[in-house]
Amino acid sequence: MPASKKSLLKKHETTSSLLPVADTIANFEIRYVQFLNAQAKIVNELPDFANDNDCLLELYRVMKTLQMFDHKVLLLHRMGKIGTYTGTLGQEAVGAGTASCLRNEDVFVPYYRSATDLYVRGVKLHEILLYWGGDERGSNFDDPRLKHDLPIPISIGTQLLHAAGVATAIKLRKQKDRAVLTMTGDGGTSEGDFYEAINIAGAWNLPMVIVINNNQWALSESNTAQTACQTLAQKAIAGGIEGIQVDGNDVIAVKATTQTALEKARNGGGPTLIEAVTYRLCAHTTIDNMDSYVDKQKYNSAAEQEPLIRLKKLLQTRELLDDSKERELELAIKQEIESEVEQFLQTPPPAPGDMFDYLYASLPERVAAQRDEVIQRENPDADIS
Amino acid sequence: MLTLVESVNMALDHELDQDPEVVLLGQDIGKSGGVFRATAGLFAKHGKDRVLDTPLAESSIVGVSVGMASQGMRPVAEIQFMGFIFPAFNQIVTAVARMRNRTRGRITLPMVIRMPYGGGIHAPEHHSESTEALLAHIPGLKVVIPSNPGRAYGLLLAAIRDPDPVIFLEPKRVYRTEKQDIDNDGEAYPLESCFIDREGSDITLISWGAMMRETLQAATQMESEGVSCEVIDLVTISPIDVSTILESVEKTGRCVIIQEAPRAGGIASEIAAELSEKALLSLLAPIGRVTGYDTVMPYYRAEHRYMPNTQRIVDEIRKTMEFQ
Repeated sequence: MPASKKSLLKKHETTSSLLPVADTIANFEIRYVQFLNAQAKIVNELPDFANDNDCLLELYRVMKTLQMFDHKVLLLHRMGKIGTYTGTLGQEAVGAGTASCLRNEDVFVPYYRSATDLYVRGVKLHEILLYWGGDERGSNFDDPRLKHDLPIPISIGTQLLHAAGVATAIKLRKQKDRAVLTMTGDGGTSEGDFYEAINIAGAWNLPMVIVINNNQWALSESNTAQTACQTLAQKAIAGGIEGIQVDGNDVIAVKATTQTALEKARNGGGPTLIEAVTYRLCAHTTIDNMDSYVDKQKYNSAAEQEPLIRLKKLLQTRELLDDSKERELELAIKQEIESEVEQFLQTPPPAPGDMFDYLYASLPERVAAQRDEVIQRENPDADIS
Repeated sequence: MLTLVESVNMALDHELDQDPEVVLLGQDIGKSGGVFRATAGLFAKHGKDRVLDTPLAESSIVGVSVGMASQGMRPVAEIQFMGFIFPAFNQIVTAVARMRNRTRGRITLPMVIRMPYGGGIHAPEHHSESTEALLAHIPGLKVVIPSNPGRAYGLLLAAIRDPDPVIFLEPKRVYRTEKQDIDNDGEAYPLESCFIDREGSDITLISWGAMMRETLQAATQMESEGVSCEVIDLVTISPIDVSTILESVEKTGRCVIIQEAPRAGGIASEIAAELSEKALLSLLAPIGRVTGYDTVMPYYRAEHRYMPNTQRIVDEIRKTMEFQ
């Protein structure tokens, strides 16, 4: 066995630092956007919408709704009324800030932790419950304005390429005022489809915005297990597109950044990758136990920086919210959630033939026979025509 | 007179002319016209917004097609070789095959994924396999394989016009071996039924794609031995047109299925199972299969040993005919 040779490189030396480099041919930087810090201090000149009190109150209502919804779904899960749900606790600002920038004619391509966006977009809570309650009808959105929006995918990263395809359709049809918004988690940025999506978005200059909800956790794996990147936003550089990082707990920063990026996309300026830095204050799903991998101290510190606290402080400073108004708001949200839950619980299960009825436009003879069998097993007197 | 690959080109051209929502996308399909020339001249005629050169990324080609189709476009994606489909398999299984079902019909995907498949062209590794059964196993897809130029034209038109995703596998070994007179009349063939290419009374031979050539040759050879073969071109391997096959086998009482793909878990096995369930009492002999072997497709110096040939088909027919 030859003796192992020690590396000649000192610890922090890089390849280029050891070579006579002729020139620097490219420079990159990643900027960070924040308006409202964790102490609710305004650190930058606010965008116009942040001076619109109704706009801020609506953002707060949405975030509060999803926060309360999260607790309710966990209860439903514990009661055995719903299956797995991917909570949004602590990440409400990402959803509210991004989706509130969309127009009807834009297209939203969700991932599985997009409940807040879906709600803002017009999807009803009972539809979200239906989906997670094991019923495909939850993705057949009632609201006709959402006919172009894609459903929740479970397969991670695939949606980013679908978004690129929607953006391609918009571009080929020369529709100037439309753009696509899509999302992924931090874990999703390790997927091949993520890299393929930023690559083709750049190569084709597509009108799309990709938002990374960097909630620090890919199920139980922290970011350091996923990547050596200092930021996830810098992955944009590999695709030749703009990457930007925002405080994902600052709904004003998320909204301002998304709005600007969507405007850029609509105006032919191409794609943007936005990394919204937040913290998942719930388990990956309702069946995951996060105690085994989350540091309690870090969790508690993250909980203090969550998005509702700072927005509430701002609203209180502006005298838009006090305890009695907060209670009023909570009551209204509670009623909405209860009514949506009731609608979900009252929805009868799908008909026996339902699993076949949407496979193709017309069911092949062979599969039709299987459909008949399922129907007749359940109801021997059924008319299977 | 057109070859199979020229008829593919004519069908694509026809649909680009007829429907502004039809867009072709794939690697090297633009100015270059595709590695097999399937899209030759289409970029020049229809322009860069209808014939798109994509990055070298199969998942992108399929995933982007999903997005386009979800908005009502009719993307026709080309995967350069079937051996390169695997990076896109996630997209095919988790999105292409199930978007209609996932949304309860709200979003449909009228898209086609074309790709050349099969061996016999002396190509490098991954350029010669027949993995159609992997695709046929996925509910929500249609998998179509033409065997001659006329069928390639009519079936590709049907695939592009179909409201659901169609995988269109092109037998590259016979891309240029046969020429047929084809009218560019825009007439599509049905995707749901197989074709009876030769009527016979003693035995039913079932095959598809490039293997139809050897199957028909075997039928001709057997005729001289006094065996009357009925030959069925399956065409659509998913969903299979069972009733036509059944009718034929009930008539002849014997059946040999020929596929280039490995034997285990293949389409031939599926057909044999259907026939044993539904035509057992009509059968005069066990159902025979002539297939590729259950091993890795060898590199091209040995591919002739792997692929079924006319002699192997003839041997199997004789064995089936002689069964007592």
